[in-house]
Amino acid sequence: MNYAASAHPDITAKLPGWRATALFAVLLAGLAGLLGRGVYLQGIRNDFLQEKGNARYSRVIEVVAHRGMIADRNGEPLAVSTPVESVWASPADVEADNRQIKQLAQVLGMSDGELKTRLFDTSRDFVYLKRHLPPDQAGKVVSLNLPGISLQREYRRYYPAGEEAAQMLGFTGMDDNGQEGLELALQERLAGKSGSQRVIKDRRGHIVEDAGSLRAPKPGNDILLSLDSNVQHLAYRELENAIRQHKAKAGAVVVLDARSGEVLALANYPAYNPNNRGKVSSQAMRNRAIADLFEPGSTMKPFTVATAIEQGKVSPETVINTERGVYTVGGKKIRDTHPESMLTVAQIIQKSSNVGAAKIALSLESETLWQSLSDSGFGAQTGSNFPGEAPGKLRDPKTWRPIEQATMSYGHGISVNLLQLARAYTVFANNGELMPVSMLKLDAAAIGKKVFSDRTVLALRGMLELAVQPGGTAPLAQVEGYRVAGKTGTAHKLEDGHYIDRYVSSFVGFAPASNPRLIVAVMIDEPGNGQYYGGLVAAPVFSKVTGAVLRALNVPNDAPLNNVIAPPADIVKEEV
Amino acid sequence: MWRSEGTLNGLLLAAVVICALSVVTSQHKARKLFIKLQNEKEHAQQMEVEWGQLQLEQSTWATPSRVEKIAAQQLQMQLPKNGQVKFIRVEPDGRADRQP
Repeated sequence: MNYAASAHPDITAKLPGWRATALFAVLLAGLAGLLGRGVYLQGIRNDFLQEKGNARYSRVIEVVAHRGMIADRNGEPLAVSTPVESVWASPADVEADNRQIKQLAQVLGMSDGELKTRLFDTSRDFVYLKRHLPPDQAGKVVSLNLPGISLQREYRRYYPAGEEAAQMLGFTGMDDNGQEGLELALQERLAGKSGSQRVIKDRRGHIVEDAGSLRAPKPGNDILLSLDSNVQHLAYRELENAIRQHKAKAGAVVVLDARSGEVLALANYPAYNPNNRGKVSSQAMRNRAIADLFEPGSTMKPFTVATAIEQGKVSPETVINTERGVYTVGGKKIRDTHPESMLTVAQIIQKSSNVGAAKIALSLESETLWQSLSDSGFGAQTGSNFPGEAPGKLRDPKTWRPIEQATMSYGHGISVNLLQLARAYTVFANNGELMPVSMLKLDAAAIGKKVFSDRTVLALRGMLELAVQPGGTAPLAQVEGYRVAGKTGTAHKLEDGHYIDRYVSSFVGFAPASNPRLIVAVMIDEPGNGQYYGGLVAAPVFSKVTGAVLRALNVPNDAPLNNVIAPPADIVKEEV
Repeated sequence: MWRSEGTLNGLLLAAVVICALSVVTSQHKARKLFIKLQNEKEHAQQMEVEWGQLQLEQSTWATPSRVEKIAAQQLQMQLPKNGQVKFIRVEPDGRADRQP
């Protein structure tokens, strides 16, 4: 059938022309839309798709940087970070039968029950099973090949010197950040900054291309300390022996390089093993030489006398009436244990007379005495930057009453830490210059501050040398083959503002006296064996440490080898 | 003219194909080398770790306290007393001068 023919011949089959045009326009607009979107996505806003595409193959991985090493002045490692593995589990993915759990527990050194509670604690996505495993044990965990259990590389800090330098170095926490001691003080320089890197990985997880580093990893700096591990060992050994022998509560030894102010050794006892700190008492963690204050006692007398000589008030030969051992100031009695009627200024130091020191102090203006003590570093930080350093107390001279000025002359009513006391003696060992203390190895000589004139210092050195000879308070401080000089100190301890019958025995000295190289300060807290005089408890430690260190450092003798004169049976006891 | 144009096109096509293939092979080689480099880097890092561990081990074995203990107890050695040590000072001109 012919439809065209059947259509009415008069009506021409004519569609309106605009319909075709409209359809064409719509299609064209659609095409333009698609093209525009394409251009937009490909050219203008392409980052979103780019990102989606990259996500298929590119990954950002972390590049770990390790913590720097702490070494002694000769480069011997004192604290080293080494990688260890931590085992963790994602409880939801763990598949293990009883036998496998038993094996795993054995490798990790845990009980089966404990391991199971951790493994099947499905409320958590991530559980550490054991942290800081040595690599060989971690290898065994890998060989068990259990799903849901993985390793994570972490760093652990090891301290080869163990307890000998424990309080000095401090330690780091689980995440290898410094928490105590020098680890904390030097945290910024030691810490490594991990970097990140964009890489392209293939389907099997292999890195196939380096797509550029986002952040370069910065490993921590290695740091050389001023410590000498040999000297540190000698100091620690003698300190430990003395504390055991005298049944003392605690003690500390500081060895300074007299010329540069570098700390060669700083030992504390009791100590702890930093590689295995299970339960360490806070007592053992204290760096007593820096964080603990004590009244120095007679070790202060040289500063009083030096000030008076510097001011021209006395000379070493001036004779002072020591009042047969009892002298009353402001209603309070100052006593000497070995009363004398007359002593020269040199003998006041040699025999450690409180009355003499008090009289000399009272001849000075309080501001003058304060200024010279303050210039010698008392009442201020030593500059060691050690965390928790106690600066000590040196009160404002305007508030001093005469009795206080008198007692301060022999080291009561003032508090110091041992490092500060050792540093103050750089004044006598170093031609009147107070050196800053450094715990880091110095490249250039430190610059000191002149406190006393050369003449005063030479006079004081002579007096301090007398103090360690028979007739002085510390003949036990003598060292064979070397001239030494120093001063004992014995002080009652303060408890709730009252002096009690427990003591701090101390000795500070330097050697060789002809050209000082070392300053050694010893402090023994509460010796409990009947003896408590600094000359009997602390001086022998000084002698042993100084002798051993001078030999270890190859310092030439400045005295004949038979120089040690056996002390008389009754050593001159100093004042308390 | 038409003939030589065809030859040229053919040559260019071949060149393009060769270039394309060499791009692919060199990319592949680059990746292989990169993986090697990566392995070597990892190896270097492992060596560094080992160096650290060996340093640590050495200093642990060589701590003065351990050396002292072995010397005194196993080898029956003792420290020289001060009197047993003689110092010899070498003068700047190289002459040795005995000290007291």
